[in-house]
Amino acid sequence: MNRRPGFLVYGLLLAFVLGSCAPLYWSFLVGSHSRDVLTKRVPPLLPGGHFFENAQRAFDAVPFWKALGNSLLVSTTVATSVVFFSTLAGYAFAKLAFRGRTPLLVFVVATLAVPTQLGVIPLFIVMAKLGWVGSMWALIVPGMVTAFGVFFMRQYLVDAVPDELIEAARVDGCSMLRTFWTVAVPAARPAAAILWLFTFMATWTDFFWPLIVLPASNPTVQIALQQLQSGYYVDYSLVLAGAAVSTVPLLLLFVLTGRQLVAGIMQGAVKG
Amino acid sequence: MTLESSAVKLVGDGGDPSGATASPPGARPPDETRPRSSPWRLRLSLWDTKLSPYLYVSPFFLLFALVGMFPLLYTAYVSVHEWGLLGGQGDFIGLENYARVVEDRYFWNALRNTVSIFVLSSIPQVVIALVLAGLLDTQLRASTLWRMSVLIPFVVAPAAVALIFGNVFGDRYGLVNEALQGIGLEPIRWHVDTLASHLAIASMVNWRWTGYNALIFLAAMQAVPRELYESAAIDGAGRVRQFLSVTLPMIRPTLLFVVIMSTIGGLQIFAEPRLFDTQGLGGSDRQYQTLTMYLWELGWRVRDLGMASAVAWLLFLIIIVFALVNLAVSRRVGSLGGRR
Repeated sequence: MNRRPGFLVYGLLLAFVLGSCAPLYWSFLVGSHSRDVLTKRVPPLLPGGHFFENAQRAFDAVPFWKALGNSLLVSTTVATSVVFFSTLAGYAFAKLAFRGRTPLLVFVVATLAVPTQLGVIPLFIVMAKLGWVGSMWALIVPGMVTAFGVFFMRQYLVDAVPDELIEAARVDGCSMLRTFWTVAVPAARPAAAILWLFTFMATWTDFFWPLIVLPASNPTVQIALQQLQSGYYVDYSLVLAGAAVSTVPLLLLFVLTGRQLVAGIMQGAVKG
Repeated sequence: MTLESSAVKLVGDGGDPSGATASPPGARPPDETRPRSSPWRLRLSLWDTKLSPYLYVSPFFLLFALVGMFPLLYTAYVSVHEWGLLGGQGDFIGLENYARVVEDRYFWNALRNTVSIFVLSSIPQVVIALVLAGLLDTQLRASTLWRMSVLIPFVVAPAAVALIFGNVFGDRYGLVNEALQGIGLEPIRWHVDTLASHLAIASMVNWRWTGYNALIFLAAMQAVPRELYESAAIDGAGRVRQFLSVTLPMIRPTLLFVVIMSTIGGLQIFAEPRLFDTQGLGGSDRQYQTLTMYLWELGWRVRDLGMASAVAWLLFLIIIVFALVNLAVSRRVGSLGGRR
């Protein structure tokens, strides 16, 4: 059957993609003009020359560099930790026989849908007791494992690692850990990369929990953005320049790994 | 990554010597040393086989119990006590926090807003994502590029989305209002009118998630056997008819999945309405204060963690109810499409 698309399909897709890019472009557009640009009836279509000046003002207004560092630290640590623990547990669930495997796996699947975000109040109480409120520990430790990660790695490893290979390694005298390291880990790499990316992005874009535990002086990128627009008068050139700058790291990541992200979503990655 | 990897490597190497000493069974004739070392090694290996699985899953379960399950359950404990943000635990007061929440008109206001924004964001999102997936599920040139392009909004954080859309939907000088006036229409007070503000906030969610969901649908559509389309075409079904009668019923499980996940996420919406204006309280008359914003206000402005916990549990129950209702509804919708 001929399903080769015509102009209509391409036209509709193009319209959608333009709509997808428009708000980002708008952010850059306003961020690159002086602040009175919005009072003009017809907005300009081309960027002005004030982007770096506006971005500089945004960096002066809030601790943006510190925020970038914090976000990078927290997102990298959380993503790495999630991948590590998920691969370990996912491998056990996929390939090892042990008593209680099925009920434990059912538990993992059941908790997938539990909105753990609603546990913020006790989490805050605990963080206050530990003296971690205001520090990056408060963001890192609660993010170190996810049920989704375990389930995702388990689903992948079930098919990716042949049982025969594990048996062969065991017969050759490999310990369990060595078998995991030499057989499962190499096979898990593609899925691990995808899980890492999604966890990184979810952590980077998180807003609710950081807003609760972080002070204005030690923010993540998202919290710094929020500070940009506090007050009654909003200087949108500054705010939208900040918004555009804050998107650059993830945009770079997207350019480098967009293919994997698409593959990951199509393999059944869900909202993290 | 390298730190942890090398840690594992070290442990793996540590276990290596014991593995290396185990020469292949039967390679050497039994001598004096083998019977002596064998039972001990055998037992060690048995322990390794039996305990390792638990060792591998336990870090996850321990950490998840600590940072996932315990807080959720402890929320119930906090919700039946007087509990100030600064004062800490007070007296046990039973269900009084719940009573106070249910009697608070702002709770019902927040519930209405949350549901309204959720409906305005989820239904168009799923419909457009389905159409978009249908467009992508053709033999496109440069298909990877198109798939990546629809995902661009996903890399913009909700906080940034809210700032950008807050400006685009500005009451004065906003892009949308300028356009409306340009074609001779009245400007809309996006930050004042309840429904208008909900529309603006829903459009942020729609913008960020439609492409993402389209890719999930696309994956499901590609698994539909092409013969089904061929036989439908022979029966005289056009493109649209094929989409409704073949594609939709075949991807129903995925549809349910997306609807459930967006229910869980959508009802907890926070960053978008919170950053839609500068005050962060959901509008001058709380036109767009959502339940999560209400929770935050109770906990960290009113500083009543007991009442905030009651809201958290109520929200939890509301999410479950909505997920179940949506499950039932989308089941119906999916099977309606399959009917001839």
